[in-house]
Amino acid sequence: MDLSFTPEEIAFQNEVRAWMAANFPADLRAKVETGEKLYKADLLRWQKILAAKGWIAPAWPVEHGGPGWTPTQRYIYANEMALAGAPDLPAFGLKMVGPVIYTYGNEEQKRRFLPRILGGEDWWCQGYSEPGSGSDLASLKTKAVSDGDDYIVNGSKIWTTGAHDSDWIFCLVRTDDTGKKQDGISFLLIDMKTPGIEVSPIIVINGDHTVNQVFFTDVRAPKKNLIGKENEGWTYAKFLLVNERNGIAQVGHKKHTLRRIRKLASATDMHGGRLADEPGYRQRLAETEVALMALEYSELRFLSGQKTDHAPGTEANMMKVAATQLQQSMSELFIEIAGYYSFPYDGFRDKKGSNEPPVGPAEAGGAMFDFLYGRAATIYGGSNEIQRDVIAKVLLSI
Amino acid sequence: MDLSYSDEQVMLRDSAERFVAANCGADNLRKMRASEEGFSRAYWKQMAELGWLALPFTEDQGGLGGTAVDTNVLMEAFGRGLLLEPYLTTVVMGGGALKAAGGRDDLIGKIIEGDLLLAVAYAEPQARFDLFDVATTARKDGSGWVIDGHKAVVLHGDSADKIIVSARTSGDRRGKDGISLFIIDRGAAGLERRAYPTVDGSRAAELFFNSVKVGADALQGGEGQGLAILEKVSDDAITALCAEAVGAMKVLLDTTVEYTKTREQFGQPIAKFQVLRHRMADMMMEYEQAKSMALVAALKVDSADPVERRKAVSGAKVQIGKSGRFVGQQAVQLHGGMGMTDELSVGHYFKRLTMIDILFGNVDHHLKQFSAAA
Repeated sequence: MDLSFTPEEIAFQNEVRAWMAANFPADLRAKVETGEKLYKADLLRWQKILAAKGWIAPAWPVEHGGPGWTPTQRYIYANEMALAGAPDLPAFGLKMVGPVIYTYGNEEQKRRFLPRILGGEDWWCQGYSEPGSGSDLASLKTKAVSDGDDYIVNGSKIWTTGAHDSDWIFCLVRTDDTGKKQDGISFLLIDMKTPGIEVSPIIVINGDHTVNQVFFTDVRAPKKNLIGKENEGWTYAKFLLVNERNGIAQVGHKKHTLRRIRKLASATDMHGGRLADEPGYRQRLAETEVALMALEYSELRFLSGQKTDHAPGTEANMMKVAATQLQQSMSELFIEIAGYYSFPYDGFRDKKGSNEPPVGPAEAGGAMFDFLYGRAATIYGGSNEIQRDVIAKVLLSI
Repeated sequence: MDLSYSDEQVMLRDSAERFVAANCGADNLRKMRASEEGFSRAYWKQMAELGWLALPFTEDQGGLGGTAVDTNVLMEAFGRGLLLEPYLTTVVMGGGALKAAGGRDDLIGKIIEGDLLLAVAYAEPQARFDLFDVATTARKDGSGWVIDGHKAVVLHGDSADKIIVSARTSGDRRGKDGISLFIIDRGAAGLERRAYPTVDGSRAAELFFNSVKVGADALQGGEGQGLAILEKVSDDAITALCAEAVGAMKVLLDTTVEYTKTREQFGQPIAKFQVLRHRMADMMMEYEQAKSMALVAALKVDSADPVERRKAVSGAKVQIGKSGRFVGQQAVQLHGGMGMTDELSVGHYFKRLTMIDILFGNVDHHLKQFSAAA
């Protein structure tokens, strides 16, 4: 057992660090540091820089454009990126449908879609949840009926992040409703420009527009865009969900945020001293740091191939619960720094080109914005209640 | 011992609940937050006609001589309805400051009529929750004063006709002596404001005093006598906010129970799942304890014993902060994605509770006050 990196791994870490210092745009860094909202144009610019370097999809196989790194290199890379303040790119193409396509798609689908995902030419969104099917995802009702070379799709998807910015949507659709609910689901790729698709924005608790409801009315989707076999979509859907949860610990980002919290709390007045020195705050900050260490080293153990002792296979579920709870307690520490200045509704963060400075200290900007939206983390991607159910089922063998 | 409401209090509660049910709520909030002032002047007039603006003032002042418990009856109903009108800032805080300072019953009369809106500018960027941390200065200028400084996040500081501001007339920034209160017209020369909406759908402003000249009569309650008045105003405001939070929690609990009984997943109402049943049982217990502590605050905020008052008010603020956080967060969680939307009322109550936790000091701050008093 050896915790330390090899000389080659340290060289790789230095390479990533040096490249980031030279290539991560300063204006994006500044936006991240003040919690400003990043738009598609910002993210796309960053994606193209990474794509040109060949670092855009660390986990992808080399033949599809991945860099061919070891799991440890991927870990080092993710950590360095986050510590440098690099924003996360939307996962829908790069981490969700991309792996589904290269794992289960046919050659033509791979040729057609994968390069455009890497280069950012196509942006994707995820058509999973429906108004009546949240935690009980397999009960989904959006219907795809065979009609010659096409399916005719009718129904509605909800909580679709970025649908308004997307070129394609990957959808779970019902192609059979005669048997078990999991058995009649197919995985279908649909062009968002197809007639009959309507995107309706949903404004969320922090006033932001990130999610949507997507309506399908007699949408004609070619069968050549079906992934794998008809009625076997649930298998691909689960593969994707595990991938989604695998990345969810976001240890590097949490370290970056905690560093920011510690720095700001050390500079924030409280009771004539500093907030970071207040006993209550200090204790919670330390507890958070311990929780982050536990998360990080659990991730490393699982990354090195270990399974949980009592419920093997539920590592991703466990990480999802631990990581989202930690994220939420960190956001509570953050709004305490802002204090009264967490009150101003900073809708200006959503106004492109506004020159008005934020109300209150810029460094604490976005504290309430993120605290509020962060409440979704224990709901999306399978609520934490559902994750615990999955763990308990394996743990108790029921 | 009798902890039940009197007939008058029951009538007050019923009338307030009818008012908010007819006029307020999330739909009203979404409409109002886009407006310039963030609330309705017409509702304010109705509130004056109903006598609510007269409630805490003495009969000599033209008021109804109500107690803190009476105010809490109103505030709880306001909390249930997400009422946006500036009752806390004008009646409880501004009116409370004038009442404590004495000598301006003319202004109290105008509050009662619904003709005067007030805001109390006490917070400063560096002060956080310490009322005595005052960098704003007032220096003698002939018979009057010149005020300089920056007051932070003044609730309804944009619409108030007059501002009551704390300023230092002597001593160091964090000295407990030497703080005085002044009342200033909204249009005073040198008073700049930057107004903005707040996350709960209300409004606030940064106020910048750039050599604002005021007359001798602007001083309220005597030179250097400001802190005791501010502390009373703060305690009354905390007490009122605790009641408002109880009202908000009640709605969240009711809404969550109702939602889980109708929302079906896996072929049954989600209220059948034990994990959610226990969560709601916990929410109920938090609510009940918050309600008890809000009552303690109301019963003891006027106590002559400073330790008793401190423990009641700070204790209530701690309980409300913790309970409000739990009830608010779990209400969102149990509503799933819908709880995250601007469309449902759940998120609006959750945001208001989050703000109430911070207002006049969060849980940590009041734990410290509580333990210092013990």
